[in-house]
Amino acid sequence: MGKSINEIQEELIEEFGLFEDWADKYEYLIDLGKKLAPMSDAFKTEENVIKGCQSRVWLHAEKQGDLVVFQADSEAIIVKGMISMLIRVLSNQTPAAILAADLYFIEQIGMSQHLAQTRSNGLVSMVKQMQHYALAFS
Amino acid sequence: MADKLNIDQIRADFPVLHQQVNKAPLIYFDNAATTQKPKAVIDTLLAYYEQDNANIHRGIHTLAERATTAYELTRKKLASFLNAPSTDQIIFTSGTTAGINLVAQTFGRANVEKGDQIIVSNLEHHSNIVPWQMIAEEKGAEIKVIPVSNEGVLDMEAFKALLNPKVKLVAVNHVSNAIGTINPIAEIISLAHEVGAKVLIDGAQSVAHLAIDVQALDMDFFVFSAHKLFGPTGVGVLYGKREILESMPPYQGGGEMIKEVSFAGTTYNELPYKFEAGTPNIADVIAFGAALDYIQAIPAESLAAQEEALLAYATQKLQAIPGLRIMGTAPEKIAVVSFVIDGVHPQDIGVLLDKFGIAIRTGHHCAQPLMQRYELVGTCRASFAFYNTLEEIDRFVLCLEKTLQMLG
Repeated sequence: MGKSINEIQEELIEEFGLFEDWADKYEYLIDLGKKLAPMSDAFKTEENVIKGCQSRVWLHAEKQGDLVVFQADSEAIIVKGMISMLIRVLSNQTPAAILAADLYFIEQIGMSQHLAQTRSNGLVSMVKQMQHYALAFS
Repeated sequence: MADKLNIDQIRADFPVLHQQVNKAPLIYFDNAATTQKPKAVIDTLLAYYEQDNANIHRGIHTLAERATTAYELTRKKLASFLNAPSTDQIIFTSGTTAGINLVAQTFGRANVEKGDQIIVSNLEHHSNIVPWQMIAEEKGAEIKVIPVSNEGVLDMEAFKALLNPKVKLVAVNHVSNAIGTINPIAEIISLAHEVGAKVLIDGAQSVAHLAIDVQALDMDFFVFSAHKLFGPTGVGVLYGKREILESMPPYQGGGEMIKEVSFAGTTYNELPYKFEAGTPNIADVIAFGAALDYIQAIPAESLAAQEEALLAYATQKLQAIPGLRIMGTAPEKIAVVSFVIDGVHPQDIGVLLDKFGIAIRTGHHCAQPLMQRYELVGTCRASFAFYNTLEEIDRFVLCLEKTLQMLG
Protein backbone atom coordinates (compact mmCIF):
# COMPACT_ATOMS: atom_id res chain seq x y z
CA MET A 1 0.00 0.00 0.00
CA GLY A 2 1.48 3.31 -1.09
CA LYS A 3 1.27 6.58 0.75
CA SER A 4 -2.00 8.48 0.81
CA ILE A 5 -2.47 11.79 -0.98
CA ASN A 6 -2.37 13.69 2.30
CA GLU A 7 0.73 11.86 3.52
CA ILE A 8 2.53 12.95 0.35
CA GLN A 9 1.24 16.51 0.71
CA GLU A 10 2.62 16.61 4.26
CA GLU A 11 5.99 15.38 2.98
CA LEU A 12 6.09 18.17 0.41
CA ILE A 13 5.13 20.79 2.99
CA GLU A 14 7.95 19.54 5.21
CA GLU A 15 10.47 19.59 2.33
CA PHE A 16 9.57 23.14 1.40
CA GLY A 17 9.58 24.15 5.07
CA LEU A 18 13.37 23.77 5.00
CA PHE A 19 13.79 26.81 2.77
CA GLU A 20 13.87 30.26 4.19
CA ASP A 21 13.89 32.40 1.09
CA TRP A 22 12.07 32.19 -2.19
CA ALA A 23 15.21 31.62 -4.25
CA ASP A 24 16.01 28.34 -2.44
CA LYS A 25 12.40 27.27 -2.81
CA TYR A 26 12.42 27.97 -6.53
CA GLU A 27 15.78 26.29 -7.03
CA TYR A 28 14.26 23.19 -5.49
CA LEU A 29 11.16 23.53 -7.68
CA ILE A 30 13.34 23.92 -10.79
CA ASP A 31 15.30 20.86 -9.70
CA LEU A 32 12.08 18.88 -9.37
CA GLY A 33 11.18 20.01 -12.88
CA LYS A 34 14.50 18.84 -14.25
CA LYS A 35 14.14 15.46 -12.56
CA LEU A 36 10.57 14.89 -13.73
CA ALA A 37 10.40 11.44 -15.34
CA PRO A 38 10.47 12.03 -19.08
CA MET A 39 7.19 11.59 -20.88
CA SER A 40 7.16 9.22 -23.79
CA ASP A 41 7.01 11.16 -27.08
CA ALA A 42 4.21 8.85 -28.14
CA PHE A 43 2.02 10.55 -25.52
CA LYS A 44 2.96 14.09 -26.53
CA THR A 45 0.08 14.30 -28.93
CA GLU A 46 -2.30 17.07 -29.88
CA GLU A 47 -4.96 15.11 -28.00
CA ASN A 48 -3.00 15.22 -24.76
CA VAL A 49 -2.05 18.87 -24.91
CA ILE A 50 -3.43 21.46 -22.52
CA LYS A 51 -2.85 24.86 -24.02
CA GLY A 52 -1.88 27.67 -21.73
CA CYS A 53 -1.50 31.17 -23.08
CA GLN A 54 2.29 31.01 -22.70
CA SER A 55 3.28 27.38 -22.33
CA ARG A 56 1.81 23.98 -23.09
CA VAL A 57 1.30 21.01 -20.80
CA TRP A 58 0.92 17.43 -21.97
CA LEU A 59 -0.93 14.94 -19.79
CA HIS A 60 -1.42 11.22 -20.26
CA ALA A 61 -3.28 8.91 -17.90
CA GLU A 62 -3.76 5.18 -17.75
CA LYS A 63 -5.20 2.70 -15.30
CA GLN A 64 -2.84 0.15 -13.79
CA GLY A 65 -4.82 -2.24 -11.62
CA ASP A 66 -6.91 -0.11 -9.29
CA LEU A 67 -4.67 2.92 -9.65
CA VAL A 68 -4.47 5.83 -12.06
CA VAL A 69 -0.97 6.55 -13.36
CA PHE A 70 -0.16 9.97 -14.83
CA GLN A 71 2.66 11.15 -17.07
CA ALA A 72 3.05 14.81 -17.94
CA ASP A 73 5.44 17.35 -19.37
CA SER A 74 5.70 21.06 -20.12
CA GLU A 75 7.92 23.41 -22.09
CA ALA A 76 8.54 25.60 -19.06
CA ILE A 77 10.69 24.31 -16.23
CA ILE A 78 8.83 25.93 -13.34
CA VAL A 79 5.58 24.46 -14.65
CA LYS A 80 7.41 21.12 -14.87
CA GLY A 81 8.35 21.47 -11.21
CA MET A 82 4.69 22.01 -10.36
CA ILE A 83 3.76 19.02 -12.55
CA SER A 84 6.31 16.88 -10.77
CA MET A 85 4.65 17.62 -7.43
CA LEU A 86 1.13 17.08 -8.79
CA ILE A 87 2.17 13.73 -10.18
CA ARG A 88 3.86 12.76 -6.94
CA VAL A 89 0.64 13.57 -5.09
CA LEU A 90 -1.99 12.27 -7.51
CA SER A 91 -0.36 9.48 -9.54
CA ASN A 92 -0.67 5.88 -8.33
CA GLN A 93 -3.83 6.73 -6.38
CA THR A 94 -7.31 5.31 -6.75
CA PRO A 95 -9.86 7.27 -8.78
CA ALA A 96 -11.90 7.84 -5.61
CA ALA A 97 -8.90 9.30 -3.77
CA ILE A 98 -8.03 11.58 -6.70
CA LEU A 99 -11.58 12.85 -6.95
CA ALA A 100 -11.71 13.54 -3.22
CA ALA A 101 -8.29 15.21 -3.12
CA ASP A 102 -7.95 18.67 -1.60
CA LEU A 103 -4.63 19.98 -2.86
CA TYR A 104 -3.86 22.14 0.16
CA PHE A 105 -0.09 21.71 -0.15
CA ILE A 106 0.11 24.20 -3.01
CA GLU A 107 -0.97 27.10 -0.85
CA GLN A 108 1.02 25.87 2.14
CA ILE A 109 4.28 25.85 0.21
CA GLY A 110 3.51 29.29 -1.24
CA MET A 111 2.99 28.27 -4.86
CA SER A 112 -0.68 29.11 -5.34
CA GLN A 113 0.32 31.92 -7.72
CA HIS A 114 1.06 29.26 -10.35
CA LEU A 115 -2.47 27.95 -10.15
CA ALA A 116 -3.92 31.44 -10.08
CA GLN A 117 -2.42 32.31 -13.46
CA THR A 118 -5.20 30.44 -15.13
CA ARG A 119 -4.52 31.47 -18.66
CA SER A 120 -0.77 31.48 -18.74
CA ASN A 121 0.40 27.98 -17.92
CA GLY A 122 -2.40 25.42 -18.17
CA LEU A 123 -1.88 24.06 -14.64
CA VAL A 124 -5.44 24.65 -13.48
CA SER A 125 -6.73 22.84 -16.53
CA MET A 126 -4.25 20.07 -15.86
CA VAL A 127 -5.57 19.47 -12.34
CA LYS A 128 -9.14 19.45 -13.69
CA GLN A 129 -8.10 17.06 -16.44
CA MET A 130 -6.47 14.72 -13.89
CA GLN A 131 -9.78 14.60 -12.04
CA HIS A 132 -11.68 14.01 -15.28
CA TYR A 133 -9.46 11.00 -15.96
CA ALA A 134 -10.08 9.75 -12.42
CA LEU A 135 -13.81 10.06 -13.00
CA ALA A 136 -13.56 8.23 -16.32
CA PHE A 137 -11.56 5.43 -14.68
CA SER A 138 -13.80 5.08 -11.63
CA MET B 1 20.43 69.27 -26.32
CA ALA B 2 17.17 68.61 -24.55
CA ASP B 3 16.83 69.48 -20.89
CA LYS B 4 17.43 66.45 -18.75
CA LEU B 5 14.36 65.23 -16.91
CA ASN B 6 14.34 65.41 -13.16
CA ILE B 7 13.54 61.72 -12.78
CA ASP B 8 13.07 61.81 -9.02
CA GLN B 9 10.51 64.55 -9.41
CA ILE B 10 8.78 62.67 -12.25
CA ARG B 11 8.71 59.44 -10.26
CA ALA B 12 7.16 61.26 -7.33
CA ASP B 13 4.14 61.92 -9.58
CA PHE B 14 3.47 58.16 -9.99
CA PRO B 15 2.31 56.68 -6.66
CA VAL B 16 2.31 53.06 -7.84
CA LEU B 17 6.06 53.08 -8.49
CA HIS B 18 6.84 53.49 -4.81
CA GLN B 19 6.23 50.04 -3.41
CA GLN B 20 7.88 46.77 -2.60
CA VAL B 21 6.94 43.71 -4.62
CA ASN B 22 8.05 40.37 -3.21
CA LYS B 23 10.22 42.31 -0.72
CA ALA B 24 12.09 44.21 -3.44
CA PRO B 25 11.49 47.68 -4.86
CA LEU B 26 9.13 47.42 -7.83
CA ILE B 27 10.69 47.81 -11.26
CA TYR B 28 7.92 48.31 -13.77
CA PHE B 29 9.06 47.42 -17.30
CA ASP B 30 5.66 46.48 -18.74
CA ASN B 31 4.72 49.89 -20.08
CA ALA B 32 3.75 48.56 -23.50
CA ALA B 33 0.97 46.60 -21.77
CA THR B 34 -0.20 49.60 -19.79
CA THR B 35 1.43 52.71 -18.43
CA GLN B 36 1.19 53.86 -14.84
CA LYS B 37 -0.97 56.84 -13.91
CA PRO B 38 0.25 60.15 -12.54
CA LYS B 39 -1.37 61.41 -9.36
CA ALA B 40 -3.11 64.14 -11.36
CA VAL B 41 -5.11 61.48 -13.23
CA ILE B 42 -6.06 59.61 -10.05
CA ASP B 43 -7.03 62.86 -8.31
CA THR B 44 -9.19 63.94 -11.26
CA LEU B 45 -10.99 60.61 -11.26
CA LEU B 46 -11.65 60.86 -7.54
CA ALA B 47 -12.71 64.51 -7.71
CA TYR B 48 -15.14 63.78 -10.51
CA TYR B 49 -16.96 61.12 -8.51
CA GLU B 50 -16.83 63.18 -5.32
CA GLN B 51 -18.01 66.47 -6.82
CA ASP B 52 -19.38 66.34 -10.36
CA ASN B 53 -20.83 62.92 -11.15
CA ALA B 54 -23.79 63.22 -13.51
CA ASN B 55 -24.87 61.88 -16.86
CA ILE B 56 -23.79 64.10 -19.72
CA HIS B 57 -25.31 65.95 -22.68
CA ARG B 58 -28.99 65.74 -21.76
CA GLY B 59 -29.23 66.88 -18.18
CA ILE B 60 -29.98 70.57 -17.62
CA HIS B 61 -28.87 70.71 -14.01
CA THR B 62 -25.55 72.07 -12.77
CA LEU B 63 -23.78 68.76 -12.21
CA ALA B 64 -24.73 67.56 -15.70
CA GLU B 65 -23.41 70.80 -17.10
CA ARG B 66 -20.11 70.45 -15.25
CA ALA B 67 -19.67 66.81 -16.28
CA THR B 68 -20.52 67.58 -19.92
CA THR B 69 -18.08 70.47 -20.07
CA ALA B 70 -15.27 68.41 -18.56
CA TYR B 71 -15.99 65.46 -20.86
CA GLU B 72 -16.04 67.63 -23.98
CA LEU B 73 -12.88 69.41 -22.83
CA THR B 74 -10.96 66.13 -23.16
CA ARG B 75 -12.21 65.89 -26.74
CA LYS B 76 -10.83 69.39 -27.39
CA LYS B 77 -7.51 68.47 -25.80
CA LEU B 78 -7.33 65.39 -28.00
CA ALA B 79 -8.06 67.35 -31.16
CA SER B 80 -5.13 69.57 -30.28
CA PHE B 81 -2.93 66.62 -29.23
CA LEU B 82 -3.47 64.92 -32.61
CA ASN B 83 -3.70 68.16 -34.61
CA ALA B 84 -7.15 67.10 -35.82
CA PRO B 85 -9.03 69.69 -37.88
CA SER B 86 -12.05 69.56 -35.55
CA THR B 87 -13.25 68.09 -32.27
CA ASP B 88 -16.14 66.19 -33.87
CA GLN B 89 -13.67 63.91 -35.62
CA ILE B 90 -12.58 62.61 -32.21
CA ILE B 91 -14.75 59.64 -31.26
CA PHE B 92 -14.51 58.07 -27.83
CA THR B 93 -14.43 54.28 -27.71
CA SER B 94 -13.51 51.84 -24.98
CA GLY B 95 -10.04 51.22 -26.40
CA THR B 96 -7.95 50.50 -29.47
CA THR B 97 -9.67 47.17 -30.07
CA ALA B 98 -13.11 48.80 -29.96
CA GLY B 99 -11.97 51.49 -32.41
CA ILE B 100 -10.71 48.91 -34.90
CA ASN B 101 -13.89 46.88 -34.60
CA LEU B 102 -15.95 50.04 -35.11
CA VAL B 103 -14.15 50.80 -38.37
CA ALA B 104 -14.32 47.15 -39.49
CA GLN B 105 -18.06 46.92 -38.81
CA THR B 106 -19.02 50.29 -40.32
CA PHE B 107 -16.49 51.35 -42.95
CA GLY B 108 -15.63 47.72 -43.67
CA ARG B 109 -19.21 46.55 -43.93
CA ALA B 110 -20.14 49.45 -46.23
CA ASN B 111 -17.08 49.41 -48.47
CA VAL B 112 -15.57 45.94 -48.64
CA GLU B 113 -17.09 43.65 -51.22
CA LYS B 114 -16.54 40.15 -52.52
CA GLY B 115 -13.14 39.84 -54.14
CA ASP B 116 -11.78 42.97 -52.41
CA GLN B 117 -8.61 42.92 -50.37
CA ILE B 118 -7.55 44.17 -46.95
CA ILE B 119 -3.85 44.47 -46.23
CA VAL B 120 -2.41 43.98 -42.74
CA SER B 121 1.20 43.43 -41.73
CA ASN B 122 3.01 40.50 -40.16
CA LEU B 123 3.75 42.77 -37.18
CA GLU B 124 0.13 43.24 -36.11
CA HIS B 125 -1.44 42.64 -32.73
CA HIS B 126 -4.35 40.16 -32.92
CA SER B 127 -6.76 43.07 -32.48
CA ASN B 128 -5.63 44.49 -35.82
CA ILE B 129 -6.00 41.10 -37.55
CA VAL B 130 -9.11 39.38 -36.25
CA PRO B 131 -11.66 42.20 -36.87
CA TRP B 132 -10.48 42.27 -40.52
CA GLN B 133 -10.65 38.50 -40.82
CA MET B 134 -14.22 38.64 -39.55
CA ILE B 135 -15.35 41.24 -42.09
CA ALA B 136 -13.34 39.57 -44.88
CA GLU B 137 -15.02 36.26 -44.17
CA GLU B 138 -18.44 37.86 -44.07
CA LYS B 139 -17.87 39.67 -47.38
CA GLY B 140 -15.78 37.10 -49.22
CA ALA B 141 -12.78 39.42 -49.26
CA GLU B 142 -9.12 38.46 -48.91
CA ILE B 143 -6.52 39.36 -46.29
CA LYS B 144 -3.04 40.09 -47.64
CA VAL B 145 0.00 40.38 -45.41
CA ILE B 146 3.03 42.69 -45.64
CA PRO B 147 6.02 40.49 -44.77
CA VAL B 148 8.58 41.46 -42.16
CA SER B 149 12.37 41.02 -42.26
CA ASN B 150 14.48 39.17 -39.72
CA GLU B 151 15.26 42.55 -38.14
CA GLY B 152 11.58 43.35 -37.77
CA VAL B 153 11.27 45.84 -40.64
CA LEU B 154 8.30 45.78 -43.01
CA ASP B 155 9.15 44.84 -46.59
CA MET B 156 8.00 47.97 -48.43
CA GLU B 157 8.76 46.55 -51.87
CA ALA B 158 6.44 43.64 -51.09
CA PHE B 159 3.86 46.14 -49.85
CA LYS B 160 4.03 48.07 -53.14
CA ALA B 161 3.58 44.81 -55.03
CA LEU B 162 0.46 44.01 -52.98
CA LEU B 163 -1.22 47.31 -53.79
CA ASN B 164 -3.92 47.29 -56.46
CA PRO B 165 -7.39 48.82 -56.89
CA LYS B 166 -9.03 45.86 -55.14
CA VAL B 167 -7.39 46.92 -51.86
CA LYS B 168 -10.02 48.79 -49.83
CA LEU B 169 -8.14 49.16 -46.60
CA VAL B 170 -4.63 48.92 -45.21
CA ALA B 171 -4.47 48.33 -41.44
CA VAL B 172 -1.03 48.57 -39.83
CA ASN B 173 0.34 49.55 -36.49
CA HIS B 174 2.46 52.65 -36.09
CA VAL B 175 4.71 50.76 -33.70
CA SER B 176 4.94 47.00 -33.16
CA ASN B 177 3.85 46.01 -29.65
CA ALA B 178 5.96 42.85 -29.67
CA ILE B 179 9.31 44.18 -30.89
CA GLY B 180 9.07 47.98 -30.97
CA THR B 181 9.61 48.67 -34.70
CA ILE B 182 8.42 52.11 -35.83
CA ASN B 183 6.73 51.59 -39.19
CA PRO B 184 7.03 54.09 -42.06
CA ILE B 185 3.39 55.11 -41.87
CA ALA B 186 3.74 58.29 -43.95
CA GLU B 187 4.96 56.21 -46.88
CA ILE B 188 2.39 53.46 -46.28
CA ILE B 189 -0.44 56.00 -46.26
CA SER B 190 0.70 57.80 -49.38
CA LEU B 191 1.23 54.56 -51.33
CA ALA B 192 -2.14 53.20 -50.26
CA HIS B 193 -3.87 56.43 -51.27
CA GLU B 194 -2.40 56.11 -54.77
CA VAL B 195 -4.58 53.03 -55.35
CA GLY B 196 -7.58 54.54 -53.59
CA ALA B 197 -7.28 52.47 -50.41
CA LYS B 198 -7.96 53.94 -46.98
CA VAL B 199 -5.56 53.37 -44.12
CA LEU B 200 -6.16 52.59 -40.45
CA ILE B 201 -3.18 53.24 -38.20
CA ASP B 202 -3.16 51.42 -34.87
CA GLY B 203 -1.44 53.92 -32.62
CA ALA B 204 -1.72 51.94 -29.38
CA GLN B 205 2.04 51.66 -29.02
CA SER B 206 3.06 54.98 -30.53
CA VAL B 207 1.02 57.66 -28.76
CA ALA B 208 3.11 57.54 -25.61
CA HIS B 209 6.37 57.87 -27.54
CA LEU B 210 5.91 59.77 -30.80
CA ALA B 211 4.28 63.04 -31.79
CA ILE B 212 1.18 62.47 -33.90
CA ASP B 213 -0.10 64.88 -36.53
CA VAL B 214 -3.07 63.30 -38.26
CA GLN B 215 -3.24 66.04 -40.88
CA ALA B 216 0.45 66.07 -41.80
CA LEU B 217 0.30 62.28 -42.17
CA ASP B 218 -2.98 62.45 -44.12
CA MET B 219 -4.46 59.82 -41.81
CA ASP B 220 -7.82 58.27 -42.65
CA PHE B 221 -8.20 56.51 -39.30
CA PHE B 222 -6.05 56.61 -36.19
CA VAL B 223 -6.94 54.57 -33.10
CA PHE B 224 -5.38 54.29 -29.66
CA SER B 225 -6.08 53.64 -25.97
CA ALA B 226 -5.86 56.12 -23.10
CA HIS B 227 -4.34 53.59 -20.73
CA LYS B 228 -1.15 53.33 -22.77
CA LEU B 229 -0.82 57.11 -22.56
CA PHE B 230 -0.83 57.43 -18.75
CA GLY B 231 -4.64 57.67 -18.68
CA PRO B 232 -7.29 55.28 -17.34
CA THR B 233 -8.33 51.96 -18.83
CA GLY B 234 -11.63 51.75 -20.66
CA VAL B 235 -11.15 54.81 -22.88
CA GLY B 236 -10.04 54.79 -26.48
CA VAL B 237 -9.95 57.28 -29.29
CA LEU B 238 -10.87 56.93 -32.93
CA TYR B 239 -9.87 59.79 -35.20
CA GLY B 240 -11.24 59.74 -38.73
CA LYS B 241 -11.39 62.01 -41.74
CA ARG B 242 -14.67 63.89 -41.74
CA GLU B 243 -15.95 62.77 -45.12
CA ILE B 244 -15.21 59.13 -44.32
CA LEU B 245 -16.81 59.25 -40.88
CA GLU B 246 -19.87 61.00 -42.30
CA SER B 247 -20.27 58.39 -45.02
CA MET B 248 -20.01 55.50 -42.55
CA PRO B 249 -23.20 53.91 -41.24
CA PRO B 250 -23.66 54.06 -37.45
CA TYR B 251 -22.26 51.24 -35.34
CA GLN B 252 -24.21 50.49 -32.20
CA GLY B 253 -27.74 51.78 -31.79
CA GLY B 254 -29.04 53.38 -28.63
CA GLY B 255 -29.31 56.65 -26.78
CA GLU B 256 -27.04 59.58 -27.63
CA MET B 257 -26.43 58.42 -31.22
CA ILE B 258 -29.90 59.43 -32.45
CA LYS B 259 -31.52 62.65 -33.53
CA GLU B 260 -35.13 61.49 -33.55
CA VAL B 261 -36.66 58.10 -32.95
CA SER B 262 -40.07 56.89 -33.99
CA PHE B 263 -41.36 53.49 -34.95
CA ALA B 264 -41.57 54.74 -38.50
CA GLY B 265 -37.83 55.32 -38.56
CA THR B 266 -34.91 56.92 -36.80
CA THR B 267 -32.55 59.69 -37.82
CA TYR B 268 -29.06 59.62 -36.51
CA ASN B 269 -27.09 62.21 -34.62
CA GLU B 270 -24.14 64.06 -36.07
CA LEU B 271 -20.46 63.38 -35.53
CA PRO B 272 -19.06 62.38 -33.15
CA TYR B 273 -22.23 61.28 -31.31
CA LYS B 274 -23.40 59.07 -34.16
CA PHE B 275 -20.71 56.61 -33.01
CA GLU B 276 -21.11 57.08 -29.26
CA ALA B 277 -24.27 55.18 -28.35
CA GLY B 278 -25.16 54.93 -24.67
CA THR B 279 -23.68 56.57 -21.59
CA PRO B 280 -19.96 56.77 -22.17
CA ASN B 281 -17.12 56.26 -19.73
CA ILE B 282 -17.46 59.83 -18.47
CA ALA B 283 -15.15 59.72 -15.46
CA ASP B 284 -12.28 58.05 -17.27
CA VAL B 285 -12.55 60.36 -20.27
CA ILE B 286 -12.31 63.36 -17.94
CA ALA B 287 -9.35 61.82 -16.10
CA PHE B 288 -7.72 61.14 -19.46
CA GLY B 289 -7.77 64.91 -20.00
CA ALA B 290 -5.55 65.22 -16.93
CA ALA B 291 -3.14 62.67 -18.43
CA LEU B 292 -2.91 64.71 -21.63
CA ASP B 293 -2.19 67.86 -19.61
CA TYR B 294 0.46 66.03 -17.61
CA ILE B 295 2.32 64.62 -20.57
CA GLN B 296 2.17 67.83 -22.58
CA ALA B 297 3.60 69.84 -19.70
CA ILE B 298 6.91 67.95 -20.01
CA PRO B 299 9.08 68.98 -22.96
CA ALA B 300 8.73 66.29 -25.63
CA GLU B 301 12.47 66.40 -26.39
CA SER B 302 13.28 65.56 -22.77
CA LEU B 303 10.93 62.59 -22.79
CA ALA B 304 12.39 61.33 -26.05
CA ALA B 305 15.96 61.77 -24.79
CA GLN B 306 15.22 59.79 -21.63
CA GLU B 307 13.59 56.97 -23.61
CA GLU B 308 16.43 56.86 -26.12
CA ALA B 309 18.93 56.61 -23.27
CA LEU B 310 16.96 53.74 -21.70
CA LEU B 311 16.74 51.86 -25.00
CA ALA B 312 20.44 52.28 -25.82
CA TYR B 313 21.55 51.27 -22.33
CA ALA B 314 19.24 48.24 -22.08
CA THR B 315 20.24 47.06 -25.55
CA GLN B 316 23.92 47.33 -24.75
CA LYS B 317 23.64 45.59 -21.37
CA LEU B 318 21.38 42.79 -22.60
CA GLN B 319 23.50 42.07 -25.66
CA ALA B 320 26.38 41.21 -23.35
CA ILE B 321 24.47 38.26 -21.86
CA PRO B 322 25.62 35.00 -23.50
CA GLY B 323 22.91 33.21 -25.46
CA LEU B 324 20.60 36.25 -25.44
CA ARG B 325 19.13 37.33 -28.75
CA ILE B 326 17.26 40.61 -29.18
CA MET B 327 14.22 40.22 -31.39
CA GLY B 328 13.56 43.37 -33.35
CA THR B 329 16.62 45.35 -34.29
CA ALA B 330 14.98 47.81 -36.65
CA PRO B 331 16.88 51.10 -36.97
CA GLU B 332 13.68 52.93 -35.98
CA LYS B 333 12.47 51.59 -32.65
CA ILE B 334 10.75 52.79 -29.51
CA ALA B 335 12.06 51.94 -26.04
CA VAL B 336 11.14 48.26 -26.10
CA VAL B 337 13.54 45.34 -25.90
CA SER B 338 12.13 41.95 -26.78
CA PHE B 339 14.53 39.04 -26.29
CA VAL B 340 14.90 35.29 -26.15
CA ILE B 341 17.56 33.19 -24.47
CA ASP B 342 18.77 29.89 -25.86
CA GLY B 343 17.23 26.91 -24.09
CA VAL B 344 15.14 28.96 -21.64
CA HIS B 345 11.37 29.35 -21.79
CA PRO B 346 10.31 33.01 -21.51
CA GLN B 347 7.66 32.15 -18.93
CA ASP B 348 10.30 30.86 -16.50
CA ILE B 349 12.20 34.13 -16.80
CA GLY B 350 9.03 36.14 -16.19
CA VAL B 351 8.06 34.12 -13.10
CA LEU B 352 11.50 34.48 -11.49
CA LEU B 353 11.95 38.16 -12.35
CA ASP B 354 8.61 38.81 -10.64
CA LYS B 355 10.13 37.27 -7.51
CA PHE B 356 12.81 39.97 -7.76
CA GLY B 357 10.07 42.62 -7.96
CA ILE B 358 10.52 43.14 -11.69
CA ALA B 359 7.51 43.29 -14.01
CA ILE B 360 8.15 42.39 -17.64
CA ARG B 361 5.89 40.71 -20.17
CA THR B 362 6.49 37.22 -21.48
CA GLY B 363 4.66 35.25 -24.13
CA HIS B 364 3.46 35.86 -27.66
CA HIS B 365 2.27 39.43 -26.96
CA CYS B 366 -0.98 38.74 -28.85
CA ALA B 367 1.10 38.65 -32.02
CA GLN B 368 1.15 34.94 -32.79
CA PRO B 369 1.71 35.41 -36.56
CA LEU B 370 4.91 37.32 -35.75
CA MET B 371 6.05 34.59 -33.35
CA GLN B 372 5.32 32.01 -36.07
CA ARG B 373 7.41 34.07 -38.49
CA TYR B 374 10.36 33.89 -36.11
CA GLU B 375 9.57 30.31 -35.00
CA LEU B 376 9.32 31.31 -31.35
CA VAL B 377 6.89 30.32 -28.60
CA GLY B 378 7.26 33.82 -27.24
CA THR B 379 9.73 36.41 -26.05
CA CYS B 380 10.55 38.36 -22.92
CA ARG B 381 9.69 42.01 -23.40
CA ALA B 382 10.98 44.89 -21.31
CA SER B 383 9.17 48.07 -22.29
CA PHE B 384 10.16 51.40 -20.83
CA ALA B 385 8.55 54.71 -20.00
CA PHE B 386 10.23 58.01 -19.17
CA TYR B 387 9.86 57.33 -15.43
CA ASN B 388 12.21 54.35 -15.69
CA THR B 389 15.88 54.77 -14.84
CA LEU B 390 19.25 53.42 -15.91
CA GLU B 391 19.71 52.13 -12.34
CA GLU B 392 16.57 50.03 -12.78
CA ILE B 393 18.08 48.55 -15.94
CA ASP B 394 21.23 47.69 -14.00
CA ARG B 395 19.23 45.83 -11.39
CA PHE B 396 17.06 44.19 -14.05
CA VAL B 397 20.14 42.84 -15.84
CA LEU B 398 21.68 41.66 -12.58
CA CYS B 399 18.47 39.84 -11.62
CA LEU B 400 18.16 38.41 -15.12
CA GLU B 401 21.65 36.95 -14.74
CA LYS B 402 20.70 35.47 -11.35
CA THR B 403 17.52 34.08 -12.92
CA LEU B 404 19.51 32.39 -15.66
CA GLN B 405 21.85 30.89 -13.07
CA MET B 406 18.84 29.47 -11.23
CA LEU B 407 17.43 28.03 -14.44
CA GLY B 408 20.80 26.89 -15.78
